[in-house]
Amino acid sequence: MSTSSENTIRIYVMGSAYEVPRGLTIMNAMEHAGWRFTRGAGCRSGFCGACSTVYRHEGDYRLRFVLACQTEAEDGMYLVQLPFTPAPRVSYTLAELNPDENVLLQHYPEIARCVSCNTCTKACPQDIEVMDYVQAALRGDIAQTASLSFDCIQCGLCSMRCPADIKHYHMAQMARRIYGRYMSPITEHLEDRIAEIEKGVYEEELDALVKMTRSELEDIYAARVVE
Amino acid sequence: MRESIARVEATRPARLQDGPPPAMTPEEREKVLAEYHPDYKAEKKRELAIGVSAGNVVPSEVADMLEAHLLVDPAKIDLSRVDYDLDVLIIGGGGAGTVAAIFAHQEGIPAENILIVTKLRHGDCNSTMAQGGIQAADRPEDSPAIHYIDVMGGGHYANKPELVQAMVDDGPEIIRWHEELGVMYDKENGEYMEAHGGGTSRKRMHSCKDYTGKAIFNPIRDEARNLGIPTLEFSPVIELLLDGEGKAAGAITYNLETGEYRVIRAKATVLATGGFGRVHIQNFPTTNHYGATADGLVIAYRAGAKLLDMDSVQYHPTGVVYPSAILGQLATEKLRSQGAMPLNADGEAFVYPLEPRDVEAAAIIRECWSREKGIETPAGIRGVWLDTPMIDEIHGEGTIKDWLAAMWTMWNRHGIDITKDPALVYPTLHYQNGGVEIEADGETSVPGLFAGGEVEGGVHGKNRLMGNSLLGYNVFGRRAGIAAAKWAKKKKSKIKTLSLQHAVDFEQQLADAGIETDLQSPMLLPDYRSKSVLERSLGRFV
Repeated sequence: MSTSSENTIRIYVMGSAYEVPRGLTIMNAMEHAGWRFTRGAGCRSGFCGACSTVYRHEGDYRLRFVLACQTEAEDGMYLVQLPFTPAPRVSYTLAELNPDENVLLQHYPEIARCVSCNTCTKACPQDIEVMDYVQAALRGDIAQTASLSFDCIQCGLCSMRCPADIKHYHMAQMARRIYGRYMSPITEHLEDRIAEIEKGVYEEELDALVKMTRSELEDIYAARVVE
Repeated sequence: MRESIARVEATRPARLQDGPPPAMTPEEREKVLAEYHPDYKAEKKRELAIGVSAGNVVPSEVADMLEAHLLVDPAKIDLSRVDYDLDVLIIGGGGAGTVAAIFAHQEGIPAENILIVTKLRHGDCNSTMAQGGIQAADRPEDSPAIHYIDVMGGGHYANKPELVQAMVDDGPEIIRWHEELGVMYDKENGEYMEAHGGGTSRKRMHSCKDYTGKAIFNPIRDEARNLGIPTLEFSPVIELLLDGEGKAAGAITYNLETGEYRVIRAKATVLATGGFGRVHIQNFPTTNHYGATADGLVIAYRAGAKLLDMDSVQYHPTGVVYPSAILGQLATEKLRSQGAMPLNADGEAFVYPLEPRDVEAAAIIRECWSREKGIETPAGIRGVWLDTPMIDEIHGEGTIKDWLAAMWTMWNRHGIDITKDPALVYPTLHYQNGGVEIEADGETSVPGLFAGGEVEGGVHGKNRLMGNSLLGYNVFGRRAGIAAAKWAKKKKSKIKTLSLQHAVDFEQQLADAGIETDLQSPMLLPDYRSKSVLERSLGRFV
């Protein structure tokens, strides 16, 4: 039963009802109601995955998955936070891997248990096509796995929902690192510049700059040509 | 607001053709800063009365925190029972701390003799939230010397020269290290896609879409996990330990969940606790993570570490104003570096979009509160437009969704499509420019205590440029980790004495100076509970 007014809404935190002002994020609404987080709050800007939240609307059976810091609280939300995912990750030595099409399957064999139910995708608060990247990983397509999972913030909701117990986000992190190291070319001029610095090409110029007075530096700064 | 958006749309074709207004002259910059930048309000700061940097002027909120009572009476701590005996203790599980741990290990310290202690989770940090990019002078058109000039000018020449030299010199090597770790930098035809940031004279901003911080930090953390470096989470340090002779000797942690303290003895300590956004200087909202509460400054200052440039605070020019649910969250500078112009209520461009951050922020404040040309939200907050639809106009449809995905998603969650409508923004508290003074290898004025990342002072002078925080934490996290490892290796025997006498002495100095305060520090976490709850709180379980 909703009791919202013009300025307030009612939310249910783990079953208990609270009246809170309209227009707050779920996180701010819980704090307004008296919560002081240790777990369940991190960057507060949608980048860290600490505030994974599951809710359903009053009168609706469907569970929804969001970040508490990025989602406005609505009247009649039944809320619970899932601040930790007990998902094992596999250790590896990136420099010694053979980055072939089997590498992800070898380290995370459970991806072969995927039943294509798409529950992971529905659980993703970042709207990532999670099942598609698991399928890409199964095909050995590391580039596709890396690119589809790029926006992952490792909140773990996919793995909490998966009926096959796949550890999507750990596997995807590994895929992105393999792609970055082995499949994305190093820009040549980076190596050139490092060699120059090692040879001391800029040493004299920098040493001179370090010794300059403020007014000398001001003159150089004022004469800069902006590309 | 819709009427004002119509004016923005009306001026857009001409702005696309004419380009942005010219950059300010040095004199114009000084004038707008002096009149409108929050840092230039003398009444919002005061001198520190006690400690090694007594006489330094800092924001009043910081002074209050530094001149507060201890959180715990040292007499209650039993130092005879040591819980962890380490070579290198790392305080802070963000970017700088994790980098320091990896390089301390590479320098020969076994993983089990290193420990990262952190207040929240390993990775709850500002490093992971950075969006726009990381600077490194690697293009042929660029050089470390040009990077140096940009940094010094942006920092008002207050930066410590040898620290800037270290940063610009190490830059390209850091990018190569990231490549080895598998960071997915944006590339086109095998070349980095490098862009301008505010105050740069060359395009040297390397990015990973607008998730640059996360895309760099997560592989670094993943590597620390592969190396087996242990972490102790939800365990902030509440006091450093000294060895009785003024040298760093470890720390006391406090478990946020069980209330238990732990005694850590360490041959070397790296301070990597980040900044102070959650102290909300001058009541500004902040882009910072939940734990950014200046703890590192407090504990280091009590232990005798000098501070530098703590009078200057970075307000990011573009924090979110609307919707107010996400007030103060970051609208990345990359939006401006890709062409979005700040505009007033009449749709006029009033400032060069890529001034150094302090200048850009001051110009926006002037537009809202002096020229009265801001836009007011239904919540009564003023801001200016950031004309985001220009980005797709300039670079082609889909640019925002492909390369600024985090920004698109953030506003889209609240029903705002930034490919079609401009965003409303205003300065937000972003970065601690100064901090604990360091030397080029991260040494502080306390022997055996090294620092890196946002907690350090000296690299950025009075104003940090975009992309130099990610570079800075890598450069000085690495240097501090290596220096700490070398320091620890020189000490063959364990530290004999563990002491909190400096904390006891600090309490005495407070009393001697006649400072009366109810505050205790470190703050650990901000308190956002509503007034109505706090007024009736009995505080038994929370």
